[in-house]
Amino acid sequence: MFEIFASLKLALDLMANGNAEFVRVVALSLELSLAAAVLGSAIGLPLGAIVAIGRFPGRRSLIVALNALLGLPSVVVGLVVYLMLSRAGPLGSWGLLFTPGAIVIAQTVLVIPIVAALARQVVEDAWNEYAEQLRSLGVGTGRAVRTLLWDTRFSLLTVALAGFGRAASEVGAVMIVGGNIDGVTRVMTTAIALETSKGDLPLALALGIVLILVVLAVNAGAYAIREWSAIRHG
Amino acid sequence: MDLNIAMNFRRLAVTWMAAAVAASTILAVKDANAQETFITVASTTSTEQSGLFKQLLPEFKKATGIEARVVALGTGQALDMGRRGDADVVFVHDKVAEEKFVADGFGVKRLEVMYNDFIVVGPKADPAAAKGKDILAALKKIEASKAPFASRADKSGTHAAELRYWKAAGIEKPQGAWYRETGSGMGPTLNTASAMNAYALTDRGTWLSFKNRGELVIVVEGDQRLFNQYGVMLVNPAKHAHVKKEAGQKFVDWVVSPAGQAAIAAYKIDGEQLFFPNAKP
Repeated sequence: MFEIFASLKLALDLMANGNAEFVRVVALSLELSLAAAVLGSAIGLPLGAIVAIGRFPGRRSLIVALNALLGLPSVVVGLVVYLMLSRAGPLGSWGLLFTPGAIVIAQTVLVIPIVAALARQVVEDAWNEYAEQLRSLGVGTGRAVRTLLWDTRFSLLTVALAGFGRAASEVGAVMIVGGNIDGVTRVMTTAIALETSKGDLPLALALGIVLILVVLAVNAGAYAIREWSAIRHG
Repeated sequence: MDLNIAMNFRRLAVTWMAAAVAASTILAVKDANAQETFITVASTTSTEQSGLFKQLLPEFKKATGIEARVVALGTGQALDMGRRGDADVVFVHDKVAEEKFVADGFGVKRLEVMYNDFIVVGPKADPAAAKGKDILAALKKIEASKAPFASRADKSGTHAAELRYWKAAGIEKPQGAWYRETGSGMGPTLNTASAMNAYALTDRGTWLSFKNRGELVIVVEGDQRLFNQYGVMLVNPAKHAHVKKEAGQKFVDWVVSPAGQAAIAAYKIDGEQLFFPNAKP
């Protein structure tokens, strides 16, 4: 217990007089995870909605596959992205390995299935409610997808936040493709892993507390936006 | 249910796509900016976690204007990174593996840089009565007493050395519940050893900077055979055309130069020197 209090104190101390290095690590974590959440949602939300409404062969299998991918092991994703981006791999000439870009690619791959699977459920529930009405108005699939995505936008914001959460808490894949390079690809989670392996457990836990607060702040911000626009748009 | 959503939806979709494009652009620009002059150095956890690079890299940058980015792995993995062409320079500690790396044509030339030494740490109570100077005698006692021993088992330089010591002690392959393979880096292995009061072989640098020691103390040190040599080599541009050979060569030249050697000697934790430069002039 004593250690946890020491870490709490250390976390407060870090946030109060955080040096430039600490601020850079926190900012990079936030930046990359938000980018991955935005990119992953840009792909995952429409994908989920299409699977929810569309009627095509193999749809059931696709739903099961999407749900199963919620448990996609991040280390495997990291390895595959590593092998793709490595100089000896097919995309090696891009020179992206061990850059922030590589981290966002890996995080995006992890975010897409979460966003798609959850969006599928949200949109399908709405579809069950409004399908008859939409059909009677002669609305096509494309229009229905857009209507339902718009109608469920507040629920989908939560879905996007789940994607952000996965990206921000990711360590295995980020370590492999980013390399945890000081000042370049060191993010909160890999810094925590590094301090743990240096045996500095109080500092590692303090960084963990800061990470949790950052995720909390992002969620609080999203909640505020949601409340505000719900009032504004009724 | 609002069917007049076309405008609203389009606005949201356009905003979201714009954000996605902006995010990708920022990242692309970030990467492009980073293209200036940097090299990627594949090195070991012992050099990174002991804090040596924090001292060395700023001085190297001041001298040459080149940023060195260090990816810290076990020696086996670091050499593999060089083999795949994902690093410009490899800076590791497993002479046998390094010489093979160069002989196979992946490295240009291996230069010796510095040394430190391995030590065996173990519980203060020393249940195997392994304390002393002789590494081989200590390992024999640990095996005989079946006291827990934590092994890296990750093909790192330290792991390779550990296996050589067991062999030299006449124990072909340590086995049994007492011999625990962690399959992880030096730090995590020390964390494990500390938690289960096990013996472990570690390099002195990582030990000195390691904080979660618990009951562990140094049990064996000072044996000639515990000498741990570090070598540096440029990844062969003939194998991988994109290797930054000039900047990489500058790094190799600098660490073996008097300035680089002095910077290595100057690095201390609590007044104790961690690495001893020994490049041949």
